[in-house]
Amino acid sequence: MPPESEKQGTEAPIPTGTGALDAGLGIESDGARVVEAEAGDGRQAGGPWRIAGRRLRRNKVALFSLAIFFLIVICCLLAPVWANHVADTGPNTTHTLEKLHVNGEVREVVEPSGKAIGPQWFEAGGKFFLGADGHLGRDEMVRLLYGGRSSLFIGIVAALITTLLAVTLGLLSGYYGGLTDTFISRIMDVIWSFPVVLLGIALGIALAVGGLKLGPIHLKSSSLWIPTLIIGVVYTPYMARPLRGEILALREKEFIEAAVAQGASDRRIMFIELLPNLLSTIIVFFTLNIANNMLLEATLSYLGAGVQPPSSSWGTMISEGFDALYSQPILTIIPGTAILLTVLSVNVFGDGLRDALDPKSKVRFEARAGTAAEMDNPV
Amino acid sequence: MSDVGSTSTAGGPLLEVTDLVKHFPIKSGLLIDREVDQVRAVDGISFSVNKGETLGLVGESGSGKSTACRAVLQLLKPTSGSVKFEGQEIAGLSRRELRPLRREMQMIFQDPYASLNPRKRVGQIVGDQLKIQKVASGKALRTRVEELLERVGLSPEHYNRFPHEFSGGQRQRIGIARALALGPKLVFCDEPVSALDVSIQAQIVNLLDDLQDEMGLTYVFVAHDIGVVRHISDRIAVMNHGKIVETGEADQVCEHPRDAYTKKLLAAVPIPDPRESRARRERAGTTG
Ligand SMILES: Nc1ncnc2c1ncn2[C@@H]1O[C@H](COP(=O)(O)OP(=O)(O)O)[C@@H](O)[C@H]1O
Ligand SMILES: [Mg+2]
Repeated sequence: MPPESEKQGTEAPIPTGTGALDAGLGIESDGARVVEAEAGDGRQAGGPWRIAGRRLRRNKVALFSLAIFFLIVICCLLAPVWANHVADTGPNTTHTLEKLHVNGEVREVVEPSGKAIGPQWFEAGGKFFLGADGHLGRDEMVRLLYGGRSSLFIGIVAALITTLLAVTLGLLSGYYGGLTDTFISRIMDVIWSFPVVLLGIALGIALAVGGLKLGPIHLKSSSLWIPTLIIGVVYTPYMARPLRGEILALREKEFIEAAVAQGASDRRIMFIELLPNLLSTIIVFFTLNIANNMLLEATLSYLGAGVQPPSSSWGTMISEGFDALYSQPILTIIPGTAILLTVLSVNVFGDGLRDALDPKSKVRFEARAGTAAEMDNPV
Repeated sequence: MSDVGSTSTAGGPLLEVTDLVKHFPIKSGLLIDREVDQVRAVDGISFSVNKGETLGLVGESGSGKSTACRAVLQLLKPTSGSVKFEGQEIAGLSRRELRPLRREMQMIFQDPYASLNPRKRVGQIVGDQLKIQKVASGKALRTRVEELLERVGLSPEHYNRFPHEFSGGQRQRIGIARALALGPKLVFCDEPVSALDVSIQAQIVNLLDDLQDEMGLTYVFVAHDIGVVRHISDRIAVMNHGKIVETGEADQVCEHPRDAYTKKLLAAVPIPDPRESRARRERAGTTG
């Protein structure tokens, strides 16, 4: 029997130096199977990350969403440039009694009736680009950009906090099991059992009154870190649980046993064997988490339990604009659109990322394992 | 159930297993889990393995072969019993105490798909043990791994590939390279070929055979099909429902089986020659 039978389907030659044991059996079958399994999807060459990258690059909608998101982030990062060089004002500066000279015309920033000036676009050289924000006469565009910084900061940093907590807790409880698992899981259950918004409001109001004093950490009640921490903690179980489940499944895999059989330490198993297998889930969760966080921030801020005035965030801006919903709906529509665009772009990109990173390889893996299981009992 | 290690080769046995038991608790209950029953996966087995020989461990699926291997290697904590490797008791040692012994005892796993971490490169899979045991690193590690890959019939260029790029047979070669990375004395081959296509099975078995001669390995070769182990084993132990029902020299067990279960296993082996097959069936039918 030719020892090359395995070669047929694979690109790389295998120098099998072994004379095959004569079992009197046909040889074409595996050759055929290999051709099917490997030549069939020859594009699967390269590491898992490269395959995912290739899949993602083909998903134009996801890439477009990512571009939109980056554009929004860059605009918000450039807020001080707009404020200092175009609008000539700060996010919290009031212009109640000021007048604007546009094309020889004089316009009041806030009319005596309390109605604020509408969008001026570039007519006033970029001042009050989107108008003023109500009876205080603050520049809406400047507030929108600065508010976006707060909203994005909370969205991204809270997602980092959630990820850090969830990965740590998920690894500990999934890998060690037993009492550690029971302890962590019960704490998660407590957080989980509250509706997210309710818990956020409760924590938010409690901390907005007195600030947070935790050992050396001392946060003022107006600090952005307070809503960030609250949101980060509140969403932790939603990420820790699925991660724990995934670890429980991975822990039973033979490659973990192989690592133990080689004398690997717990730390090595967690970081070298488990974590790389969780990475795609973590990345997808992280991305989608940013969108959720921004929505929760808006909700909490709208309800007064998030970002505290006079700081602006898209949530507080909606809340403030709501007072003039009928006379000036644009003050609600502007921050609302900003949130919508950001959250939508993050979500669409996150879904694309999930499609690229995850399911296919898994399905394929399971399908092949199934074949192996069937062959457990030949004849 | 008797110990048959005393027959061949001079010196004490390399591995001596006495009354090894592994039970899995079946838990149930509201709030607090209580143990209600046990799966007696391994129920008091004794056997020994001499240096340089191959012991075939045969039994149908679910008879406890894999559990036995894992309990011996301390991948599962045995419920009770003794495992002596080169005269040293290893049952109950801590993970740290076991670490140096891991170099001497390795395992080749049944499922070539589940036993390779899909996120690790071949070089890392094979070379990790050198790192864990602090034997080599950097360039020396790479050279050593490339040699190993070549030795098991892969190519050094496969160093940076991922497992999903390989066929089942090639994956099993990677698993073999991983097990042999530090030149162990004893290797448990847990159905190393039963997930593979028949044409590949022979190649892998031959490779294991060659490596045994070359490296002076001792094998415990597990199979559910007595036909597979018959030619490569010096001795065979037959397992059924967690117990060893028969042990003996390979030829003796296959030609003159004493236990009814062994006869049943032998009757299930496909035989190319229909006449012999019929004779076999008759033999099994009359006595079993
Ligand atoms: N981790 C486990 N928990 C509970 N039962 C198990 C576990 N592992 C194996 N078993 C049971 O032990 C028995 C023996 O399994 P195994 O050793 O895998 O058999 P074999 O390798 O001979 O096919 C089976 O009934 C199986 O269901
Ligand atoms: Mg098994």
